[in-house]
Amino acid sequence: MKQDLEMSAHPAQIDLKGVAMRFATPDGLLLALQPTDLRIRKGEFLVLLGPSGCGKTTLLRMIAGLSRPSEGSILIGNEPLWEGEQRNARALSELGVVFQDAQLFPWFSIEQNIALPLKLAGVDREAQLAKARELCALVGIAGFEKAWPRQLSGGMRQRAAIARALAADPSILLMDEPFGALDAMTRDQMNLELQRIWLTKMCTVVFVTHSISEAVFLADRVLLLSPRPGRIDVTIEVDFPRPRTMQSQDDPEFQRIVRALRDRLEVKR
Amino acid sequence: MKRIPISWITTPAILIAFLLAWHGYVTVFEVSKFILPPPMAVAESFIELIQDPAAHRHAWITLYETLVGFAIATVIGVGLGTVLGKTPWLEQALNPFIIATQVVPKVALVPLFILWFGFGPEAKIVVAAVLAFFPILTNTILGIKSVDRGHRDVMTVMNASRWQRFISLEFPSALPAILAGMEVGVVLSIIGAVVGEYLGGSTGLGHLAVAALNDYKVGAMFAVILLLTLMGFVLYVLVGLLKHLLIPWHESVQRI
Repeated sequence: MKQDLEMSAHPAQIDLKGVAMRFATPDGLLLALQPTDLRIRKGEFLVLLGPSGCGKTTLLRMIAGLSRPSEGSILIGNEPLWEGEQRNARALSELGVVFQDAQLFPWFSIEQNIALPLKLAGVDREAQLAKARELCALVGIAGFEKAWPRQLSGGMRQRAAIARALAADPSILLMDEPFGALDAMTRDQMNLELQRIWLTKMCTVVFVTHSISEAVFLADRVLLLSPRPGRIDVTIEVDFPRPRTMQSQDDPEFQRIVRALRDRLEVKR
Repeated sequence: MKRIPISWITTPAILIAFLLAWHGYVTVFEVSKFILPPPMAVAESFIELIQDPAAHRHAWITLYETLVGFAIATVIGVGLGTVLGKTPWLEQALNPFIIATQVVPKVALVPLFILWFGFGPEAKIVVAAVLAFFPILTNTILGIKSVDRGHRDVMTVMNASRWQRFISLEFPSALPAILAGMEVGVVLSIIGAVVGEYLGGSTGLGHLAVAALNDYKVGAMFAVILLLTLMGFVLYVLVGLLKHLLIPWHESVQRI
């Protein structure tokens, strides 16, 4: 009820109603995500946290339009994501997605990769490249516009992937464990950078991770998911001031939230 | 200073060792020059051959048949391979027939092609195309089917049309495999053209080799084979250069 009151002040940008996912397995139907209601506010940084198999990636892929919910409906803005079997182009145009591996196309240079959403939308070449250069600067890979993806480090490739996701100016950024494959130091760096980019772009972010400290560092709101069947277990608001720094993690309040989440996860086991 | 590639030393060294062994064998065992002429005699015949305008004409005909056959094989192989790679049910339906066309000994069909297409270059072009077709087709199918699932997700999220998917994802992704098929194919198309010339007609380097043998000019025959080898080598290298041009991003293409 408390949440519903909040919603009246902040319009929901992503609205899931009774969304569930079932997979057919040799042992029968597996409930990957039980029917779930979720409203994500405009400009919110929402983190989906949980162990593997809890349905967090399933949930994100459904919001991205990559898999169709077995039941329920998803609204992006006021647009339904699915119109029957078809994805709704207007809803998709609100979304930018960053995957666990950067998934850059090796045959395109960094700037061609970043400009790809604009190229597909029919934007003219000059404007594509101008936007790509601007985004390279934003994500901190200026000077690598002409490089091949394989010439970049993992962290830099992921920066390029973020730039590509932002190219068509989506209002929502969906991120599926984007820094999971990076080393711890690069990961901290990328979290700071992501916060900076998010504060610049003012977009809505849905971020999947299995790292508790990463979740608390980034999130306005953490949804802790639990497996078998996948469901939202608890919701924790993190109203820590921004911009947060690495030192924020030493704050007792920060650590209290981390501990609460860790305890909750351990109780579940 | 840049290091010299090791092949710059080993290739000439092995070649010289081979020629010396050849010369030594012919001299020591007094092999008849009608069986195996010494390397110097072959070299003389080769110089004679490349100065002979008639030989130039034969060489151009063989090159023409090879390239036209290879081009036909590439267009049909890549086109059909793309359609089959994107249409699994069609590939499954046609697969037995594709395999059948591959396992049938095509060289044995060459007399038939000559019967159908005559003694001119057309029959040889067909043989060259038929031989080069299969590796290009199978590699194209493999390449189109091997597109990364994550890359497909990227295109789905960007709401790409089928055509955009093909142009920006499937075709460039398949290109290394297609070019590998073309590397094999270009060599096979030379074989096709030459075998066609062996068996019918009065033009081309294949015919020249047979004619030399019939005249007991074994040195000249070796010279023709040497020329064919060089031609094959050049075409293979050209396809390799095509890789540098078309897939400079690929791991297999080293920076020059």
